[in-house]
Amino acid sequence: MSLHHATAAEIGRGLHSRKYSSVEVTSHFLDRIEKSNPLLNAFVTVTRERALDDARRADARLAKGEGGPLTGVPLVHKDIFCTAGILTSCGSRMLSNFVSPYDATVVERLDAAGMVLLGKTNMDEFAMGSSNETSYFGPVKNPWDTSRVPGGSSGGSAAAVAARLAPVATGTDTGGSIRQPGALTGLTGFKPTYGRVSRYGMIAFASSLDQAGVLAQSAEDAALVLGAIAGHDPRDSTSVDAPVPDYAAGLARPVRGLRIGIIREFFGEGLEAGTGAAVRAAIDSFRAEGAKVVELSLPNLPLSVPTYYVVAPAECSSNLSRYDGVRFGHRSRDPRDLIDLYKSTRGEGFGAEVKRRIMTGTYVLSAGYYDAYYLKAQKVRSLINADFRRAFEQVDVLMGPTTPTPAFAIGAKTDDPITMYLNDIYTIGANLAGLPAVSVPCGLVDGLPVGLQVIGPHFSEERLLAVAHAWQRATDWHRRLPAAYA
Amino acid sequence: MTLTRRDVENIAHLARLEITEAEMPAYVGSLSAILAFVEQLSGAATEDVVPMAHPLEGQVQRLRVDAVTESDHRDAYQANAAAVEAGLYLVPKVIE
Repeated sequence: MSLHHATAAEIGRGLHSRKYSSVEVTSHFLDRIEKSNPLLNAFVTVTRERALDDARRADARLAKGEGGPLTGVPLVHKDIFCTAGILTSCGSRMLSNFVSPYDATVVERLDAAGMVLLGKTNMDEFAMGSSNETSYFGPVKNPWDTSRVPGGSSGGSAAAVAARLAPVATGTDTGGSIRQPGALTGLTGFKPTYGRVSRYGMIAFASSLDQAGVLAQSAEDAALVLGAIAGHDPRDSTSVDAPVPDYAAGLARPVRGLRIGIIREFFGEGLEAGTGAAVRAAIDSFRAEGAKVVELSLPNLPLSVPTYYVVAPAECSSNLSRYDGVRFGHRSRDPRDLIDLYKSTRGEGFGAEVKRRIMTGTYVLSAGYYDAYYLKAQKVRSLINADFRRAFEQVDVLMGPTTPTPAFAIGAKTDDPITMYLNDIYTIGANLAGLPAVSVPCGLVDGLPVGLQVIGPHFSEERLLAVAHAWQRATDWHRRLPAAYA
Repeated sequence: MTLTRRDVENIAHLARLEITEAEMPAYVGSLSAILAFVEQLSGAATEDVVPMAHPLEGQVQRLRVDAVTESDHRDAYQANAAAVEAGLYLVPKVIE
């Protein structure tokens, strides 16, 4: 078995048993990146020297019998996380010259766990996209079929792990940006409860929705990384001050007798037949293993996408007002006056989709329209939240597809924003209600991965991971990798 | 909801975004389409529904002790600025 066939957890165990050193592991992945990244375009920055330094430090810790399960294991960060002394671009021209003066809390904590930073991954600009085609640094290719998108916005993180250029990656999920690319590339994509992970140093898109998470090869890897990054952070007052369970220890929790709700609204028009069949077959296996499965209706859930496309742009228009060309980031040349400096800097620095969302948000928040759009959307959000709450009075978890179709062709949806937005039709609900959710691989349709989505009540991370882990002990979909990267 | 070119120019001005002539028609079209798409929210019955303020119920915004916790990082922060002088950020002249 080659090193890149090992999960992050397995590499960690191999390092502790001295089967190999972190420098060896790190060099193996750096070589793979060098060979494959020119085609995949999964990275904005490869941090070769930093990686080898990290690896040497990890080896020194391991030699002394120190370190935890992630010490010496390489990873990549989505380029939305600030990394001190390293370009942090957020996939935008606006930040294409921004070298962060500090580390995000997620970065700091994984660094403290002894993980090795291989680089920063490509992403949709400011995390606004579902295909990784809005990046200033060009589209990312899906390792399963390089004519197709890897999903977005954490598309570079997904492609990097899917092609085994890294064992594990961080991502962020505002409307599906971890789960959707996870599904389209055959990974375990985990989005925790809103507030579970600190957002300090994570560049803001829509602050009532944004949450950091993990793109991994397995539930076990997701549990290890989540355990390292979760928890209260005094520098993020929206991070929740609740104890962090030992997620890795909880993986073995029995899931017998699990009550599963199938979301009826997720199996209607628009769901590709092969995807629906794979997801239904997965749910049937849970039933065969003793789970109690009921079909439930969440009648307001079909309004998730329009609700999101009021709330998220409104919040983004506010968050992105900080990019003014004065303190950091891109600045236009020879502005006539201060207003022109702002306008030309922002006109040049932002790409088309970001500008479209800023303008949508500006409009729905403007005088005379606030009640009709933003306030209305926040009320519908309450209805969607109540649908979930009622469902969780009857079941432990909800299940359905993560995406309506497998990965689509690059360029197929770039001309029509609404068609693109509808990719997230099954993922947005969990963000609107702040719920944790995971996508796990459950099949292949014409050689392309399909994801099963499992959504749980607030702070049910342990149960979701145990369900995902039970599924992965019974199946090997998560072990498949694209032939070209085997 | 169909926006006019003038509407989009006004929104772009409020958002401090320069939109070129070449870009304008596409934005008029796509922004109108997005507003028409979100219009379906108006059909939802929301009388007596309290707008959602936070995804988690019962969360209290934390306050921290009013104490100095940061040291001076001005030079490090200003290293990212396009134009600084004597510790100040430079912008085009505002007052004639």
